[in-house]
Amino acid sequence: MFTAERVADEKDWMKGETGDWELIIGLEVHAQVSSNAKLFSGAATEYGAEPNTQVSLVDAGMPGMLPVINEFCVEQAVRTGLGLNAQINLFSRFDRKNYFYVDLPQGYQISQFEHPIVGEGEIEIHPEDGDAVKVGIERLHLEQDAGKSVHDLSDDETYVDLNRSGVALMEIVSKPDMRSPEEASAYVDKLRGIVRALGTCDGDMEKGNLRADVNVSVRRPGGELGTRCEIKNVNSLRFIRQAINHEARRQIEIIEAGGTIDQETRLYDSVKNETRSMRSKEDAHDYRYFPDPDLLPLQLEQSFVDNIKATLPELPDARKARFVEEFGIPAYDAGVLTADKVTGDYYETTAKGRDGKIAANWVMGELFGALNKAGIDLADSPVSAENLGGLLDRIADNTISGKIAKTVFEKMFEGGGSADEIIEREGLKQVTDTGAIEAMVQEALDANPAQVEKAKQNPKLLGFFVGQVMKASGGKANPQAVNQILRAKLGL
Amino acid sequence: MSAPENGVNAETVRKIARLSRLHVAEGRLVPLADELNGILGWIEQLNEVDVDGVEPMTSAVDVSAPLRADQITDGGKRDAVLANAPKSDSGFYVVPRSVE
Amino acid sequence: MSDLTNLTLESALTGMASGDFSSEEITRAHIDACMEAADLNAFITTTFEQAMDMAKASDARRAKGEVGKLEGAPLGVKDLFCTEGVKTTAASQILGDFKPPYESTVSANMKADGMVMLGKLNLDEFAMGSSNETSSYGNVVNPWKNGEELVPGGSSGGSAAAVAADICLGATATDTGGSIRQPASFTGTVGIKPTYGRCSRWGIVAFASSLDQAGPIAKTVKDSAILLDSMAGYDPKDSTSLNVDNGDWVNSCGKSIKGLRIGIPKEYTVDGMPTEIQSLWDQGIEWMKDAGAEIVPVSLPHTKYALPAYYIVAPAEASSNLARYDGMRYGARVDGENLNDTYERTRAAGFGPEVQRRIMIGTYVLSAGYYDAYYLRAQKVRTRISEDFKNAWENCDALLTPTCPSAPFAIGRKLNDPITMYLNDIFTVTANLAGLPGISVPAALDQDGLPLGLQIIGKALDEDTVFAAAGALEKAANFTAKPKKWWV
Ligand SMILES: [Mg+2]
Ligand SMILES: [Zn+2]
Repeated sequence: MFTAERVADEKDWMKGETGDWELIIGLEVHAQVSSNAKLFSGAATEYGAEPNTQVSLVDAGMPGMLPVINEFCVEQAVRTGLGLNAQINLFSRFDRKNYFYVDLPQGYQISQFEHPIVGEGEIEIHPEDGDAVKVGIERLHLEQDAGKSVHDLSDDETYVDLNRSGVALMEIVSKPDMRSPEEASAYVDKLRGIVRALGTCDGDMEKGNLRADVNVSVRRPGGELGTRCEIKNVNSLRFIRQAINHEARRQIEIIEAGGTIDQETRLYDSVKNETRSMRSKEDAHDYRYFPDPDLLPLQLEQSFVDNIKATLPELPDARKARFVEEFGIPAYDAGVLTADKVTGDYYETTAKGRDGKIAANWVMGELFGALNKAGIDLADSPVSAENLGGLLDRIADNTISGKIAKTVFEKMFEGGGSADEIIEREGLKQVTDTGAIEAMVQEALDANPAQVEKAKQNPKLLGFFVGQVMKASGGKANPQAVNQILRAKLGL
Repeated sequence: MSAPENGVNAETVRKIARLSRLHVAEGRLVPLADELNGILGWIEQLNEVDVDGVEPMTSAVDVSAPLRADQITDGGKRDAVLANAPKSDSGFYVVPRSVE
Repeated sequence: MSDLTNLTLESALTGMASGDFSSEEITRAHIDACMEAADLNAFITTTFEQAMDMAKASDARRAKGEVGKLEGAPLGVKDLFCTEGVKTTAASQILGDFKPPYESTVSANMKADGMVMLGKLNLDEFAMGSSNETSSYGNVVNPWKNGEELVPGGSSGGSAAAVAADICLGATATDTGGSIRQPASFTGTVGIKPTYGRCSRWGIVAFASSLDQAGPIAKTVKDSAILLDSMAGYDPKDSTSLNVDNGDWVNSCGKSIKGLRIGIPKEYTVDGMPTEIQSLWDQGIEWMKDAGAEIVPVSLPHTKYALPAYYIVAPAEASSNLARYDGMRYGARVDGENLNDTYERTRAAGFGPEVQRRIMIGTYVLSAGYYDAYYLRAQKVRTRISEDFKNAWENCDALLTPTCPSAPFAIGRKLNDPITMYLNDIFTVTANLAGLPGISVPAALDQDGLPLGLQIIGKALDEDTVFAAAGALEKAANFTAKPKKWWV
């Protein structure tokens, strides 16, 4: 149940004129199901189509048109529920939420009110500047999206595109368990990671495929709960933090001035960085939910759920723990490397059967740096995980030095190809022939008699000669061999 | 016919009409309230029925909802979708402005 | 060839099969009859030209040996079924000149079986009414008359009047609380509402989704079986459609009912019911006995609560189903000062008074604070009513009841008294609430020479028994009376 007991860390308190305030935050996240067709019709869901070209007569609310449930969407809701460690309800039902709006063709939204498909669950979030926090999931239900209203094509009219009308959404409702803007955005980020790992939603916030309604209230730290306001449709992690900050500040100012908070729906304006009321008071809502008589209750077999469970991929948290355990890397690195599925898969392929720590350094260091600089996504990396792994093998077997490896990597990044091909082509193979190294060492000693004497007194100066030899060999001399021969010649 | 326990007055009619998006002239509020009270009063005889522990019946069909495959089988018929529209332009429905 | 309109559907199909006449001929005869009967106001839209084309196409198919279940038969379609390219109104102004770009599954099934569609039949607005007086296209006049003009019943009043007047061989109808059976009883025709889920609701303008069911109005029990066999069938586009095969309905009509247990529910005797109806019911019991049935008294204790429960459930669903008529995507829009004003003026102008009354009742019983007291309680009462039937089926196989508590009444008489009007459906509405099949069979004329019907209610999906009992009833009653063709 509601974990009102948890009081925010002092660092998260907001200072007011009259003292400190604590934020209580809950979120309703709408995640679009990655399906081909809509929840109740066979029209396509693809983003960016010409207006009203992905609309069936069902989506347009034509007389006598009836909904039929898309099985894939039901599966994805169950899959997501399992990923949230939540109760799957074998009996659920669709209800009608009645209200009039130009982008709501039927005059009601088909949603799940009394009996959602997924019940309570829990996930753990890791805010950047704090300890791990458990966030309760209240429920997940399936519902249809509305159409889109366009207001800038005419001064006095609204243009309506129903392409989104009927697209399947999962509404994931959290408990009011978050206490700071950072926790709220960490929660959404975590949800995003989960649905992406599960493949149930692409998590694209820019396209609105994942968006959050944020419920914010303030109270004296540990005190009695305040009245909440809901900020609708916030579509980036930064905006979530900004909207919460602004809204909490607004509420504190009202209360401290002796006012009271009206429970209402508000809109976040990212341009002005403020929230404002969305509906006039006289337009009080009464959604008159009732079971949709066009749809029968959804009754799932336990085997349906079990089959989904059996194909569930490893989730970010579990993968992180396994990476720490299996590859011996620090928790921080594991967190970065499991942030999303592509990164996790890349690292895992690179590190498998190799030194996990070295693999992590290369992925997070050289690779991420180069990708960042070039503005390329990991998914499109010119260096495949297999090839990076091959490069690490050549370091491990002393074919090349770590320094030469960086050169090989650069070549790889520019033109692709395997480490072996590049080493061969560029003649970068390490020199391990002791005769050749001995000659180079002798040359270096002969050229610097003064340094030889100093080095004999102070072996720390050996590095000078190593550097000379490496330079002479174009970096290809095996450093261990150089060291060994040097020491022998100097009698150290 | 008894007066309904939850009787409606002109104010309730105004509220219901608003929720239903039906324009009701001021002078019709009271007559409508009387009419609705007549019907609601008659309906109140349902209070005589013992429904303790009875499950509500939401459908006359006693099976689970059928599910369909996730295939694109519809759409691509913008002309049909817009054919009966009072007003359309550039492939959009055109309606009264919905924001100020 | 005027006598072609006196044929039953069955004999018309036989006549065309044996080459006695063509579809073109019988269709022409019906079009002529339709035009003569304009005073009945049975049609909202006629499609005579298309009908002649369909008839010719049917004759051509027949010449090639392609003969469907309804091949070449001129029929009418209630204007609640969406018909592709043909104006569909639900008898309301709110739909304006709406021409659906699609065909309802039921009418599509019939067209695939060779139907010739004469036009779209009048009805109560959105099927809300029991007298066909709420139609915004004017009331329908009952072909039966006793001096004054009478209502044909409703909501399928146009369908019933057209079949009774021999201007269609049969017609589609829909029944939410009695809208097939009550007008059938009022016009001396046969009307069956099948088990909920037998006929697809896809493409039928919705009134109350959990109660609406399509069925035919016909001249004989067998005709109704022929029509239903074409109309019914599984439709994956309707989630409440039942994936079961049709029965052997046409053959069931002539089956013996020897040993069948016919239940007589004592609660169907209501105060103020004319003695004529009670004695017709008694007569029906005798007929069933004579046919070899066993008569069993049964009790359906919650019967009197069916109608008030219905007047919560149906308006609640209707208030939501009719929200889509907002003048934004189709239908007539009345411009207002702003969006909400446009909504309100469009809907106030587009819906008639009875529809508005029911939308408001429905909105009220679903609204915050009243949901439990009204809607939820009504749905629980519905469970009780359904249980009553289940208990009755322990002791009997079908029920025999009157169809209506009265004979057809004069136009205008009950229009201003909603509850008296609602009471018309007192014997029919229980079958809708429980989803059961029910048929009305014309059984006798009252002392004013007006038709009265008896009803058989059966178990879910047991239309075969319903048709057998109705066939036996029809045979015993031998109802051959016809209204005088005063409109010609
Ligand atoms: Mg919400
Ligand atoms: Zn939602």
